[in-house]
Amino acid sequence: MTGARRVPGAGLLAGAPAVSFSFDGRRHTGVAGESLATALLANGERTIARSFKYHRPRGVMGVGNEDPAGLVTLARPSGDEPNSRATMVELYDGLAARGQNAWPSVRWDMTAVTDLLSPLFPAGFYYKTFMGPAAAWPLYEKVIRRIAGLGAVPATPDTELCTSTHAHGDLLIAGGGAAGLQAALVAARAGARVLLADENPWFGLGLLGEDARIDGEPAQTWAKAALEELSGLENVTLLPRTTVAGRYEQGFVILCEKLRDGPALAGDPSPRWRLWKLRVGSTIIATGAIERPMVFANNDRPGVMTVGAVGAYLNRYGLLVGEQVVIAASDDDAHRVASQLARAGAEVTVADTRDSGSGVAAAAGVEVLWRSRVADTAGRGGVAGVQIEGPSGRRWISATIAASRGGWSPALHLYAQTGGKAVWDDARAMFVPGAPEIGAVTVGPCNGTMDLAAALAEATAASSAVCGELGYSVTSAVPTVDGADTASGIPGFATPANRKRSFVDVQNDVTIADLDLAVREGYRSIEHVKRYTTLGMGTDQGKLGNINGIRAIAEARGEPMSSVGTTRFRPPYVPLPIGAVAAHMSPEHHHPMRRTAIHDLHAQAGCVWLKAGAWLRPQFYRRGTETDLEAVNREVLAVRNNVGLVDVSTLGKIELAGPDVVTFLNRIYTNGWSTLKPGMGRYGLMLREDGVVFDDGVTMRLGESHYVMSTTSGGAGAVREWMTRLLETRWRDLNVAVVPVTEQWFAAALAGPMARDVLARVAEGFDVSNEAFPFMGARVGKIAGIPARVFRISFSGEMSYEINVPSDRAVELWKALLEAGKPEAMAPYGVESMGVLRLEKGHFVVGREADGRTTPYDLGLGRMVSSKKWFIGKEALDFPEMKNPQRRHVVGIVPVDRKQRLPGSAHLIHADQIDAVGASQGWIVSSAWSPTFDHDIALALLDGGQARHGERMLAYAPIGGGKADVEIVSPHFYDPDGGRQIG
Amino acid sequence: MLLISCPYCGERPEEEFAFGGDASVVPPNGAGEGAPVGTETFADYLYLRDNPKGRHREHWIHRYGCQRWIEVERDTVTHEIHAVRVAGEGK
Repeated sequence: MTGARRVPGAGLLAGAPAVSFSFDGRRHTGVAGESLATALLANGERTIARSFKYHRPRGVMGVGNEDPAGLVTLARPSGDEPNSRATMVELYDGLAARGQNAWPSVRWDMTAVTDLLSPLFPAGFYYKTFMGPAAAWPLYEKVIRRIAGLGAVPATPDTELCTSTHAHGDLLIAGGGAAGLQAALVAARAGARVLLADENPWFGLGLLGEDARIDGEPAQTWAKAALEELSGLENVTLLPRTTVAGRYEQGFVILCEKLRDGPALAGDPSPRWRLWKLRVGSTIIATGAIERPMVFANNDRPGVMTVGAVGAYLNRYGLLVGEQVVIAASDDDAHRVASQLARAGAEVTVADTRDSGSGVAAAAGVEVLWRSRVADTAGRGGVAGVQIEGPSGRRWISATIAASRGGWSPALHLYAQTGGKAVWDDARAMFVPGAPEIGAVTVGPCNGTMDLAAALAEATAASSAVCGELGYSVTSAVPTVDGADTASGIPGFATPANRKRSFVDVQNDVTIADLDLAVREGYRSIEHVKRYTTLGMGTDQGKLGNINGIRAIAEARGEPMSSVGTTRFRPPYVPLPIGAVAAHMSPEHHHPMRRTAIHDLHAQAGCVWLKAGAWLRPQFYRRGTETDLEAVNREVLAVRNNVGLVDVSTLGKIELAGPDVVTFLNRIYTNGWSTLKPGMGRYGLMLREDGVVFDDGVTMRLGESHYVMSTTSGGAGAVREWMTRLLETRWRDLNVAVVPVTEQWFAAALAGPMARDVLARVAEGFDVSNEAFPFMGARVGKIAGIPARVFRISFSGEMSYEINVPSDRAVELWKALLEAGKPEAMAPYGVESMGVLRLEKGHFVVGREADGRTTPYDLGLGRMVSSKKWFIGKEALDFPEMKNPQRRHVVGIVPVDRKQRLPGSAHLIHADQIDAVGASQGWIVSSAWSPTFDHDIALALLDGGQARHGERMLAYAPIGGGKADVEIVSPHFYDPDGGRQIG
Repeated sequence: MLLISCPYCGERPEEEFAFGGDASVVPPNGAGEGAPVGTETFADYLYLRDNPKGRHREHWIHRYGCQRWIEVERDTVTHEIHAVRVAGEGK
């Protein structure tokens, strides 16, 4: 046993109720609100996790977010939360946690056999061992993923509520210790809008156990008064349990607030996490410093801790972590912690590397060994003995806790995230912030200022300066400090003899020997060594161990720390729950879903919905017990033989007006527009500047200088932005107004040989006869009494009229058209049927056959490319490669045996090359059963396809293995002359 | 996340905008209708972009705002925004 025991009346939670919880199924009792780590230590749970690679036992080392390996899975009614930091979870009644990365449990981990094999797992082991053959990688991956890793990703969605909020302020103060509180007081009294965030449930924790007096009061009394004053001010927002996770440019900061750890109470809608997206004038970074442990042999056993953590468990939580404690340090503050432990009843030994120092521990009955350090630990399942190395040699003493402090590492992450450079300071043995960053200032220990009085002075000055810049007048003075510890000694770094068992990163099992090896193998840059050895790549990002790692690399390279430097600091500072990042953006709210103006009518008609980009569209309308295919076949044949009605209002609609529209159209479309008369329209092909097809659609000329352009559904936004970009940046001399009107107009198309008969019954104000209203004509009039624009255009290949009415008249129009089509028993058809109709006709679709690499020539649309004028994409189309006859062309595909179905996702290959690498000469892009031809048809992209009509190939789907002999044909299966749409 | 001062709308967060590339690049044939240019010259215009460390003139569109194009002069290292102006009115 460790001898951990609670000290009655001690800590911030004295008097809090007892609660029950469980770890790996074992029932325990703890104190409500203490950290899970505290409760586990108090109940003698030493091994709470296993390390990433060797599965070595891991216990609690730290007290906050710096704890490297104390990760557990919380089993909650809302779903498992893996990789929860035991030091950061607040205990609640009924909490159930379990260990992870172990089988069957962290206490008895069978996979720990990897530890015995650790000589076989050096740095870069995975890279070196699992090189090949490539085909075996899936097998390796399966095994590695099973034995190396953290918690399991839950299989079910987390049902916990999360939220996010935007906020503004003058000043954010990150960290609510002494410096943070003082900075907040200065700014708050000056009237600035202040936000003060600390990741702990309490502010001023750094002053716990502090003997110094501030402004004549005990430090804790000063902190309490400061907090009380701040709580009463309206211009102050206090954010406990809130981690400042990321600092970005122009005052943008991300904070993650934990609102509760316990389950939601019945009727309480409070979320678990809230992500703050904050914009502030300035940020004062008062995040303190992280204690740096010493490195010694077997320094990864449960029971190895930092001095500050041991002190914090006593002063914050009233827990003595062990009866026999060794403290290894080189500063006076550690002696104060030792004296507190001794007074609480522990048997304490201090090993101090210095020649002499504070007498406060000795006075409390602690054995103090000068010029001594910890060399090794021993024990099964945790520390049982500590070896101390001193002037008189080495000796083992009995202890369950080996606490060390090798120095401090300023938590300058928020400073460095925007590019601030951490600079090595030899005198203080720490990386400190270098040149100031815009919009942020570091104060206190985070700035390398460990002395309390100096930290408070720095905070006062920084806050006053920021307030002054923002126009607030400051009146606060620097608090006085008496009785603080003298400045820390500088320990330097020990060079452990047993490098193979001297860990610098206990989560990822990186030892000094691993770093030595990486340097020997030629890795020099800290960034490369990090990735090769995984130093600091765990969820803790090396908060505790990185500096020791950098030191080891410097030593191996024989260079100073400053030459090695740090790895790049990137947000977030701590791992963020993914739920907090997603917040309310659940799948259905991640992107707005667009519905057409007659959505409800489609639903009433029994349509099957299809998500098409941002739109929800009817795929087809099922009748009775029809299968999907039967419904689509019926709809297709109705259009071919009779008439159908389709909602096409998702197509982009953009109005163009002004004297220069024709000039503009001539520049953005490949074909010519100068001869288009009012009342007529033209199909246009739009290219990117690199000659690739960008969008297509029909543009109608409604009046002398008034046009309406139609774009693809998906391209509506991009086409508009492209056009306004050209007009606003390049062709500012052109007078063209561009107005997107997709939402303002509803559009439905009547299609089929009987379309004109139906139209004639509802058209008012214009003649619908073929002579008066020819193909590609545009008419403005009324349909069933509704003002309408009617365009005679066709996508199906049949005679077709697209009727546009204001969106608020859409329901009226749709009902009137169905009524008018009753004699023909006209029914609506969906996007799936429209897709079959266009495939039969051989029309390409942007995003399918035009896949971002296709030119007009590849689509067989060379006739659309004018040689008489300049247009966007012309220079690129003239590149020699663009007319290479071996480019991939669109072709038609039919199965040789017409009864055979075409495989999905098939490549086109020669039948004898089925196993050859690189045999693919193209692939099927769109395929469907054609009820018109009674067999499958497809469009494909094929190398040099235009010259290969009549050739036979094998359509082969490597995934799934489907294959069919196919014939290459013209892509125009149905009515290639186009007579049906004109008649 | 940048804070961009749209000349039409005022200060707005970056998520309302979309990036539109280097504003200093102009087609080698003037406004687009000029004399033909060689393949090399046009390919350079299409595909080669400088990646400057420091000040960069770039186009942005205020997509979820006024939907106008603007020119932003941004420091690629510090993200400081030195100027924002109406597109096409730059140097």
